[in-house]
Amino acid sequence: MTNNCGNIEAEIVELLAGRVPAGVHVSAQTQIVRGLGLDSVAILDFIMDLEDRFDVSIPLDRVAEVQTIAELSRAIEALTRAAG
Amino acid sequence: MSLFSKFDEMRARIDSLVANGRNPFDMRFERILSATEALVEGRPCLLLGTNNYLGLTFDATCIEATVRSVHEAGTGTTGSRIANGTYCDHALLERRIAEFYGRRSAMIFTTGYQANLGLISTLAGRDDHLLIDADSHASIYDACKLSTAEVIRFRHNDPEDLAHRLRRLKGRPGNRIIVTEGIYSMLGDSAPLREIAEVKREMGATLIVDEAHSLGIRGKNGRGICEDAGIESDVDFVVGTFSKSLGAIGGFAVSDLPDFDLLRVVCRPYMFTASLPPAVVASVTAALARISTDKSLSARVLSNSGRLYSGLAQAGFEVGPEPNPIVALKMTDKETAVRFWNRLIDRGIYANLALPPATPGSLSLIRCSVSSAHTEAQIDRAISVMVAVGRELHILDQRPGKTTVRTA
Repeated sequence: MTNNCGNIEAEIVELLAGRVPAGVHVSAQTQIVRGLGLDSVAILDFIMDLEDRFDVSIPLDRVAEVQTIAELSRAIEALTRAAG
Repeated sequence: MSLFSKFDEMRARIDSLVANGRNPFDMRFERILSATEALVEGRPCLLLGTNNYLGLTFDATCIEATVRSVHEAGTGTTGSRIANGTYCDHALLERRIAEFYGRRSAMIFTTGYQANLGLISTLAGRDDHLLIDADSHASIYDACKLSTAEVIRFRHNDPEDLAHRLRRLKGRPGNRIIVTEGIYSMLGDSAPLREIAEVKREMGATLIVDEAHSLGIRGKNGRGICEDAGIESDVDFVVGTFSKSLGAIGGFAVSDLPDFDLLRVVCRPYMFTASLPPAVVASVTAALARISTDKSLSARVLSNSGRLYSGLAQAGFEVGPEPNPIVALKMTDKETAVRFWNRLIDRGIYANLALPPATPGSLSLIRCSVSSAHTEAQIDRAISVMVAVGRELHILDQRPGKTTVRTA
């Protein structure tokens, strides 16, 4: 994991802390669909916020491929690098 | 792990709904009494959740055309247009739809769902980019899944966000295809199509607009929000359905693009399914003729919609952003929405219960769809019952005449 990816990961975990239901603990290994306690639309809306935060578009097929916060961070890092 | 264990959460959700009342996914109408009433649990119930916007399901001319067609052409086509042939009436309806929209070509599909599924998934190929409104209908999302294009959501009804996401694609090959709807099905809000068309022109994209909830209702000639906004020439494809304003079933797409008819031999949701039965085609053709000449239908549905919308808003309910035939009441939470919906049925009113994730912003809604066939007395009764239930459930101030709304 690169430093940049680690930063993205930490930021996602921090942003999620204010969004998930009480009692849900979020870490890099948290499963996005099953572990966050958010419905599918809420997850997509959160990803849209991440797109704005990191100024990158995350296509829906990429969203479908990632399962954990760590994988999502790596996808954002790769997309940012490709765009840059 | 059983085959169905992935649906455990859905099973629990339905069990919980049933434990607290009726199953909203299995609502039974024992008999349909008219375009606005049905027998539910042995009693007449006002239908306020059917999408029968122009009340044409019992139109005498449509029924007569349907019956005649069954006698003349039989009950079904038993196959697809490309493999098993086109009936003259399929082609006639396509000409009529094209004329209605003032377009060069039209294609009809077996459902509105398939129209979106087929058109979008076929047009957007590898290396292309689909930009869809975040609050798009499931048929648009499913079309995206079927397509090989890259799919990007833009913020609901936000042309600037759309432009921003298009700018991010600068330098990348492929077509940009924007998909939006005229009126959105949950809150009844309409798209800012003038601004979206401006973005489309500026960025050189293709624009598809789904007018499922606006056909026959908005626009001088009933052509929907595109006509209302005066941007029809910017719209490359209009998609729609026969199952709402036109009171039957089926879908369509229209366009001026010269190669449009090529879609017939490459669009799988069109090619590999049976075509519309002749009776449905006859009914839709008659309904289209009626809405082309009778402007009183759209005038009445808009007047009824305004009456319901303002009545509920004045009573203190939080409603959608504008009066349209979809009038949504925002509930404070899921449990209140479920109780509200059940109590409405107890008192003879059927509306739709709309819960997350089927709703934007995780809202819990009571969704009403208004018809030109509703009488003012029916609309007033609906308002009065909803206000009474709103007070019982402490959504509204309990004192008669008070209009304070309790917020979540």
